[in-house]
Amino acid sequence: MAAETEETEDQEYESRVGASYMLSRLLQDTTARISLILIAIISGMALFAFIDAEFLDYRLAETYLYHPLRNNAGTRPLLPPVGLSNQFGEGVLAHPLGTDTRGRDLAVRLLYGSRIAIQIALVSTTIGVVVGTTVGAVSGYYGGWIDDVLMRFVEILYSIPFLVLVIAFMAAFGRELIYAMIGVSIISIPIFARLIRSEVLSIREETYVEAAQAAGVKDRNILLRHVIPNSFAPVVVQTTLQMGTNILIVAGLSFLGFGAQPPTPSWGQMLSIARNYMLPAPWFSVWPGLAILITVMAFNILGDGLRDTLDPRLEN
Amino acid sequence: MTTPLLSVENLQTQFETAEGTVRAVDGISFDVHEGEIVGLVGESGAGKSVAISSVLRLVESPGEIVGGEIRFRGETLLSFEEGPNGERRQSPESLSNKEFRQRIRGREIATIFQDPMESLNPVFTIGSQLQEFIEINRELPPKDARDVAIETLREVDIPKPEDRFDDYPHEFSGGMRQRVLIAMAIACQPSLILADEPTTALDVTVEGQILNLVSNLQEEYGTSFVWVTHDLAVVADICDRVNVMYLGQMAEQADVHDLFDNTKHPYTEALLQSVPRPDKTVESLTPIEGVMPEAINPPSGCRFHPRCPDAREVCREVNPEPRNVSDTDNRHNAACVKHDVFDVDYEHSTPIQSEGDEFGEDLQVTEGSR
Repeated sequence: MAAETEETEDQEYESRVGASYMLSRLLQDTTARISLILIAIISGMALFAFIDAEFLDYRLAETYLYHPLRNNAGTRPLLPPVGLSNQFGEGVLAHPLGTDTRGRDLAVRLLYGSRIAIQIALVSTTIGVVVGTTVGAVSGYYGGWIDDVLMRFVEILYSIPFLVLVIAFMAAFGRELIYAMIGVSIISIPIFARLIRSEVLSIREETYVEAAQAAGVKDRNILLRHVIPNSFAPVVVQTTLQMGTNILIVAGLSFLGFGAQPPTPSWGQMLSIARNYMLPAPWFSVWPGLAILITVMAFNILGDGLRDTLDPRLEN
Repeated sequence: MTTPLLSVENLQTQFETAEGTVRAVDGISFDVHEGEIVGLVGESGAGKSVAISSVLRLVESPGEIVGGEIRFRGETLLSFEEGPNGERRQSPESLSNKEFRQRIRGREIATIFQDPMESLNPVFTIGSQLQEFIEINRELPPKDARDVAIETLREVDIPKPEDRFDDYPHEFSGGMRQRVLIAMAIACQPSLILADEPTTALDVTVEGQILNLVSNLQEEYGTSFVWVTHDLAVVADICDRVNVMYLGQMAEQADVHDLFDNTKHPYTEALLQSVPRPDKTVESLTPIEGVMPEAINPPSGCRFHPRCPDAREVCREVNPEPRNVSDTDNRHNAACVKHDVFDVDYEHSTPIQSEGDEFGEDLQVTEGSR
């Protein structure tokens, strides 16, 4: 009898594998569901903006919306939300979120700014995860001098204030967005490396790892197939959290003038211009600020939801 | 005599710890012949598992193999030589780690681990893990490997192996998982399987099934086994020859019938006395007194003497190597000086009194506090 209950508990605990199971559990959580929907909307906007900007030369924007980079003829700069008129005619919803200092529509610029945000989240975090996981897993699995060398290197990276590191990096290579993303990915490497190393240290002692060694599997394949997949849960959580953080950091960099350069719309850079007009035109700074807030929060809530799903100890 | 399949000579493995050097395996020798099931018996901590890991070179730091020679089909897998500064180092005849991994592990020598619950990767299906091992060790393309995997699963009596192929380990019971592990071991058609207490975690009925399965497979393939266990009933059931280990050293080595009928070492005797049997009451069981000493600071002389009923003064001084003490043609090694071949004047030595003896007193206390 005792053995039977143990068996079922065991089964419930261990059936927490597989992406579909994880997703279905995640969707039971209301806040996580909302955050997923938000991220889906933002990603959809970003995809639209990406296709339009990269492949169609803003044709979609010019036909159906306003051009995000150019001034609109006849539009008043710093028009309050619920604008009055545009070249398509008159109406209260011509510029629903108002216009900026040059008379560009804020709604369109926000939409195109989402492209930068999602791009940062994906590119910089992916580089950070891939490099960090490799470094941490190799370090934890092999141990010895490899561990010492790699982890000291990681700790050196960790000890430099991140903003100083990124700005120094961009000063050396250039102010473009791509360098901002690489710079941010460098500062996220230590986080992932240390996280996965601690997991790998315990997973490598598991019997199935020893069994694989005894069967003559190469160390590289043991790492890739047996060790990393079993230690990846906290990395998944950290990845979503880190996406939010990285968006925030790059927004901060853009605010300081590093990152996406004008006229490319990015939320941080919009904020940077808007800070001079905070009293006469508060909407100018409110919208990009809100956009950053919502996006970063969505990623953080998703991360919390994932942690609840992936960590059996938080089960009540 | 033909060359043994596996021959281990004077194997020494030690662990460096903060308290000192633990000689977990201290100079054991044993042979495994083609098509034979050899038992490796001993209490917990006797060094059985370390011996198995040493053969496979799976001893992890701080552990290290420091001496001995291992030969497989006459080929040297591991040997040691004197270095220029008098230190011992691996001789160049030893197989390199890479060669060892590619040619020996899995292909020639496979392993079955003790805990079927922990020995399968929880995030992959049974089939993919089995298939992985087959692809590596038999160099088959994935599709053929899959067929072999399913066939092997059928052979270890997994019902509907085609359907179970894509199941995860948690969907299997303990006995089934142990069958899968056996399938993994035999699928690569090794000539030797090292089984490290494979039935300890299973209940008795499942254990019986697994033992039957192993005997059948053994007859079919002629694979040799080294069967590590602390259960003498299992030994009697399936083993051809038995090695009894005590504290990192060999106590007795004999054919299974000789060992049970004509026991030559007091430790084996004591082990046999302490096995519960239906025809004995609890009162008539004689457990071995005390616990096994720490390998970090082994007793002087014969390592079993503090617990040995036949111990005499000479046992404190002489640590005997196993020698042939058989009256018949069958070799029967025992490491006990009470046999005449040792010639250390055991007859005239004073028996050690268990009271007054330092170790004996300690043991009395342990016994009383239980």
